This record gives sequence, structure tokens and C-alpha cells, in this order.
Amino acid sequence: MKSQNKSLSFSRRNFLKTSVLAGGGMLIGFNLLSACKPEAIVPVDISKLNFNDFNAFIKISEEGYVTIFSPNPEIGQGVKTSMPMIIAEELDVSWDKVSVAQGLYDPVNYQRQVAGGSQSIRFGWDALRQTGATTKQMLVNAAAAKWGVEASTCFASQGIITNANGDTLGYGEVVKEAAILEIPENVSLKESKDYNIIGQDIKNVDIHKIITGKPLFGLDYISEGMVYASVLRPPSFGKKLASFDDRISKGINGVLEVVKFGDKIAVLGSNTWAAMKGKKALVAEWKNDAKLESTEDHDTELFKILNGKKFETNREDGNVEIAFRNADKIIERTYESPFLPHNCMEPMNFYAHVTPEKVHLVGPIQTPAWTAIKISKLLNRKPEEIHLAMTRMGGGFGRRLYGDFAEEAALISNITKKPIKVVFSREDDMAAGIYRPAIKYRIKASIKDGEITGYHLKEAAINGNMYGLIANFFPAGCIPNYKVSTANYKSKITTGAWRAPYTNFLAFAEQSFFNELAFELDKDHPTLLIELLQNVKGTKDERIQYSPERMEETIKLAMKKSNWGNTTEATHQGFSAYYSHNTHVAEVADIEMKNGMPLVKKVTVAVDCGIVVNPLGAKNQVEGGVIDGIGHAMYGNFSFKEGTPQAVNFDNYRLIRMQETPEVSTHFVESGLSPTGLGEPGLPPAGGAVANAIHTATGERLLKQPFINELEMSKSKILG
Amino acid sequence: MPNYTLKINGEQVAVTVDADTPLLWVLRDELTMVGTKFGCGIAQCGACTVHINNTAVRSCSLPVSSIEGESITTIEGLSENGTHPVQEAWKEIDVPQCGYCQAGQIMTAAAFLKENSSPTKNEIREAMHGNICRCASYNRIEKAVELAAKNS
Repeated sequence: MKSQNKSLSFSRRNFLKTSVLAGGGMLIGFNLLSACKPEAIVPVDISKLNFNDFNAFIKISEEGYVTIFSPNPEIGQGVKTSMPMIIAEELDVSWDKVSVAQGLYDPVNYQRQVAGGSQSIRFGWDALRQTGATTKQMLVNAAAAKWGVEASTCFASQGIITNANGDTLGYGEVVKEAAILEIPENVSLKESKDYNIIGQDIKNVDIHKIITGKPLFGLDYISEGMVYASVLRPPSFGKKLASFDDRISKGINGVLEVVKFGDKIAVLGSNTWAAMKGKKALVAEWKNDAKLESTEDHDTELFKILNGKKFETNREDGNVEIAFRNADKIIERTYESPFLPHNCMEPMNFYAHVTPEKVHLVGPIQTPAWTAIKISKLLNRKPEEIHLAMTRMGGGFGRRLYGDFAEEAALISNITKKPIKVVFSREDDMAAGIYRPAIKYRIKASIKDGEITGYHLKEAAINGNMYGLIANFFPAGCIPNYKVSTANYKSKITTGAWRAPYTNFLAFAEQSFFNELAFELDKDHPTLLIELLQNVKGTKDERIQYSPERMEETIKLAMKKSNWGNTTEATHQGFSAYYSHNTHVAEVADIEMKNGMPLVKKVTVAVDCGIVVNPLGAKNQVEGGVIDGIGHAMYGNFSFKEGTPQAVNFDNYRLIRMQETPEVSTHFVESGLSPTGLGEPGLPPAGGAVANAIHTATGERLLKQPFINELEMSKSKILG
Repeated sequence: MPNYTLKINGEQVAVTVDADTPLLWVLRDELTMVGTKFGCGIAQCGACTVHINNTAVRSCSLPVSSIEGESITTIEGLSENGTHPVQEAWKEIDVPQCGYCQAGQIMTAAAFLKENSSPTKNEIREAMHGNICRCASYNRIEKAVELAAKNS
């Protein structure tokens, strides 16, 4: 066989290997992103799947049934359905012959077994298609050999191979032979017009289990002899444990043991309720270890940053200072956001059983490999002694990227040697968070002769700043004098990724600001964006992340589908467009005002995420992202007083509910390009669309989230 | 610890637990019926919704001592193999994202439709307002309840 590209053929040969299964059938092991080791062997016993070299497997039975062990963690973003769809498409089997199992984890070698950043589909696209197509070619080759004909005279479709004489063989009938064939190279991939599965509405593979209440989630996992652990943690950021008295706790029915680890105390119970009661009965004394920070302190520090000069420059084009000096008009606004907890519906939890032989871990985690390595170091155990199994996750939103709860479980089991499950209460979950950091943006722009000549974005954030590429999102390249500056304040409050990190708030600030600029220039908001996009078309600047052509198409689609500018008198529209996670999104919010408060009735969304693998699942992601974005922009109110979170459950922390929910109408741009992520990019533009619609309705500019606080303040002012 | 005899999904079940133990934890930890979910523990999110004598209640805040003799239905007992019209509608509309809150949503919807078999859109939105879906699959929940009403 001729090889046109040596490096490609080498990696191809090595990223996929096959074996004949002991129980019948064929097992294909593949490595999603990297070449596996030349000596790697696919196991012949399905119960001993070896994820050291292969991070995913396909099993084809002698009856022609296909099981795909989906490698990426499922947090609700749909990859457990969409990734196998891509394999099944190129393998060319009918979807009703396919079942999907969650892949276990690889303790050392997993390249990307992470759910986060909306990147699963984007990174998997080529490898998954190659895997399906290569496997199909092996089956065809095996059938051709059986018939004694040239493989090129045969074709396969819907799990059946046909030769020139019209003879047929099912995939299952040739798996034994196919499994021992050489891996073919240079297989051809389908053209998108020939897709049978990709682009179809395929239902969630776990739907039946979900609606009948079958155990799926980490909290549902039970092992023989398992006990429950409820953990008392320092009540405030900046405090540590001084002393504690566990006498009352130990007297509670079902409380088995109380153990201190670090500044935390675990109460072990024979059931969750006993453990939780035991924790509540602990009497602990805390001492101050650091300054106890309040929200007012954070506000002061972040404003100090914004008003000062200590910034790093993330990108600088031209000279904004000169543009500001020569301007006809300067506009400057400051946008503020609070910390936010993730509030996954399934509270954090993890199972651990530490024995002399191994450390067995089970639970919901977005980063299994990273967490396993951390625990191996924490317990001073060899990486290969860490066995971690993932469960389905009751939401992630970034919170389950951090394995703090798994580390706690491992530490407690290491002390007690019992199989234990750490269960957070909702109060634990909100108070021991790894929050979306509070951020303030100050944006300043200059207008000269009816054009935007300068744009300076300053970010003052808690603990960290926007990652490198964001400064190259829109409007980078559109405005001649452009600058992004960042600085942060180091706080004791733990912070981390929260669905669409940074952009979840930046998009609101930016698109509110552009709405104001459009007003100032007496232009329509989307029209202004399209005008600006012309300036970056044909750019040679490789740092620019977004595509002006795709963004323009997306904006135009949203305008068309929302009937932009042509609504009834009672309906007020707001526009917003944003590129993030390789996906272009534009949104129009339709609101009505009732008793001085906005009701978001409808959001029209246009999305360019390339080829839509599973429209049914994709729309669900967009609908959820938009409503999540609106909910947190409207209601997400989280503050600290002397290091203590001021809301710890849903009685005083408001999440969006059914009656506040708009209808979301989603439309995809048909670009035919490789698919990009969808779990996150629907969220960032939503807050801005609503804020801009509120401005259309009332003339009020909302600069601070959550909107509800500002709206109630202005309402009470009006009502006197 | 006291003994209680509960009637769950038509069967009599004996448990030995403290009197203040919420039904939720009796179901999950004592009876390993884990379909009923823990979300907030203070009856604010609806993840733990079950039926007591056909009425939707929050099992996280219901002490076991208060429900002896009552007829309890959980997601596991709502139908044989997921064939209740609400479950069928959930499948048809492909409602879930993460799926965690959905058992509670389904139980709320099933009890509601028993009371009101042909609800308006606003009645559906009001009835489902107490159940949080953090993934915000609300549009589909609304559609699925509408479909279930139509089909039952």
C-alpha cells in the first residue's frame, strides 16, 4: 500500500489496534489523539479493558452489534451520545445496532479525558472519523478475502458488506477474520452529504435510565460495607481549626467515627443522615489565619486596580492614548460582576477505598487523569495503584474540574481504611466552592468623525486574568487603536473555571458597551458590528481568533430569524453577538415590561458551530446555555462577609426557574465546516442581549450583575 | 431505633431508622432506591420529589415517622419500565442534559397532570416552577408536560 505521508501513516497504524475477543467478536482499541505504543496490545477479555494505551474501544459482536466505550466524561453536554455517533457514521452501521458504555479511565496516559472548554467534539472529530472508517475498511477487506475478490469491488453500508455479484456478509460474520488483518492506511472518509447519522436527531443514550431512576450518578454509587462521610470545613475563608469537641456527635445513632484531617473534620455514619447530623453536632473553635475578606474589600481592591497603573498588556494595536486625545467624544463605563457558585444539582461527592493493594476511587469528575495523579502524590502511592472510575455527572459547569472532593475522600479512607463516600450538603457545596471570580471591566472608547478610533479594555479580577487568546477575540483587529490590559488581586477565596470562563461576564460588558456605542453613533447595534467586522476581513494577523465572515453570517441569521427591528409595541429587543470556544453566536432577546420588571419572552439564537453532529442534543445545549446565562445575569447574587459566604442554599440564593424562562429558538448556520464546541458558547451573549433589551424598553443601562438588584433599586426609586 | 413499616410502590417495607430520618435518606441509603435525588435538603429544589397518596411532596424534609401507612410512590414505581405518559413524553422530547433533576421533575409533572389533565401553558409553568433544573432544560420540560397531557 502506498503511503503519501509518512508521519501520518505511522500515527495511523499506531493509533488503532485490534484483537479477537475471547467471548467472540472483535475489539478495536484506539487512542483518540496520540499514537499508542507500538507494543500495545488490545485485551481479549472485555472485562480487562486496558486504558493505558487506548483511551476508547469499539466492540463488534458476531451478531453485528456494536458497543462503543465513549471516552469523555458526561456532564450533561451530550458527548456520550455525539462522539459515538461520529464513529458509527464512518463505520456505517445503523444507530439501533449501537450501544454506548462509559469508558473507564487511564491512570497515566489519557491525552484529553477532560470535559471542559467545549472541546471534546472539536478534538475528537478527525480521530473518531478515522477510527470508524478504518474499522469499516478492515471489515470490507476481511469479507473480500473470504470471497476471494478485490476489496475495491466491495462496499459496506448499514452493517452489511456487498460484493459485485450481490453477495452479502454482515459485519458480525467477518469480525474474527477482520481482527487479525493489518490496519489499512489512507482510508477515505465520507463526504458530509452522505451522512446518515451525523446531522440526525439522536436521543440521549442514557434517557431510559434517567427517566426510570436507575443508578447513574456518583451519589448513586454504593459498595459493600461503604459508609458515608460528612465533612466540617472552616466556615470562612481565612480561618483554620483551633480545637473541636465531638462528644455529642459520637452519641448520635449511626455515627461511627470522627476523624480530623488538616483543618477539616469528617464524621463517618452508617447512612448519610447520621453523618450529616453528626457533623452539625460538632462543636468547633476556629482561629483567624489570614485577613477575613468581605465583598466591600474586593470592590475596593478591584477599583484600586482599575484606577491605578499596574496592568499587564495582553494585546496592543496602535496607540489608544493618542486616539483618546484626538477624540470628538469619549465613552467610558465600568461593569461589575460578583463571585458565583456552580451549584451543580448533584452536590459534590466521591467514593474512595484505600487498601494496601490499591486506591479505588469512583465518582463524578471532569478531570479523572489529573485527579488520579494528584491523589497518587497526596497518598504517596504509585500512579498505577490508583483506580478511578467515572460516573455520570449531575452537572459540571467547571466545578468538577477540581478534584478537591475526591482528595478529601481519599484522605479520609486513607486514615480510616474504610470504603467511604464523601457527600457534600448543599450548604457545603456552596460554602466550599471554587467560585467564578468577581471581575470588573472598565471599557473606554473614542469616537472621531463618526468612527470608533480607540478601544481600551481593562480587566480587574480576583486571583487570575483572562487567558491568552481572549484579547484576540472581537473587536481585536476591527479598531485601529486597541488595547487589553489585565491585573488581579490575590484573594483567599478559592476561584476557578465556571461555564465559559471570563467570557461569561466579558461578553455582557463588551456587548452592552457596543450597544451604547451604536446609540452614540446613531446606528443599529448589529449593523455596527457588521461594519466593524469588515475591517478585519483578509487580515494576516494570525492571533485573531474569530472569523469575520462567519460572525457576520451568524449576526445576519439572528437578525432574520428574530425579525429584528419589526416587533410589536409591547416587545423590546436587545442584540448581542460573541465568539468563544471556536463557535460564533448571536442572540436577540425579546422582552416585555410588567410592573417595572422585565419578562424575557423569547431569545432567538444563531449559532455557527460547524457541522451539527446531533441537532437534538445541540439545541438542548444552546437552550440551556442561554437560559443559564440569563439566570445568572439576572439573579446570581453571591457575596462574602468576613470570609463567610452569605448564601448557602436555594432559600437565599436564587437560580432561574420555569416561570422566568424564555422560549429559546435556535438556528444553526450551515457552514459544513468541522464541528466546534457547544456546551459553553451559547451562554456568554445572553446577559448582554437582555440588558440591551431592557435599555430599549426603559432607557436604563445595567452595569452591574445581578440585574435584579439594580432593577429593584430603580423600581423603588420610580415608585418613591 | 424504632421500626417503621412503609408502603412504597405498592409493597410493604420494614425499616429501622431514627424517627427524624427524612424519607429521602430512607429510600436512598436503607432501601438503595436511588432514583429519588438529593439536591438541597430544605425542600427548595424539587430533586427529591415523590408522591404521597398521589400528591407531590419533597422527601428530603419529610421525617419517616410522619408517613407510616401512607401510600408512597417513587420514580422507580411510577410505571412498569418507564411507560408512564410523562416518562414517554420525556423520552420523546429528549428532555435531559445532565439528567440529575429529571426524576423529581417527572414526579412533579405526573402528580400535577393527575390534578389537571388539560393544563394551559401558564398552569404548566406555574406547576413546574418549584423544580430547579440547573442545566436549564426548562423549554423541553414545558413541552414534555404539554405532550404528556395530550397523550394521557
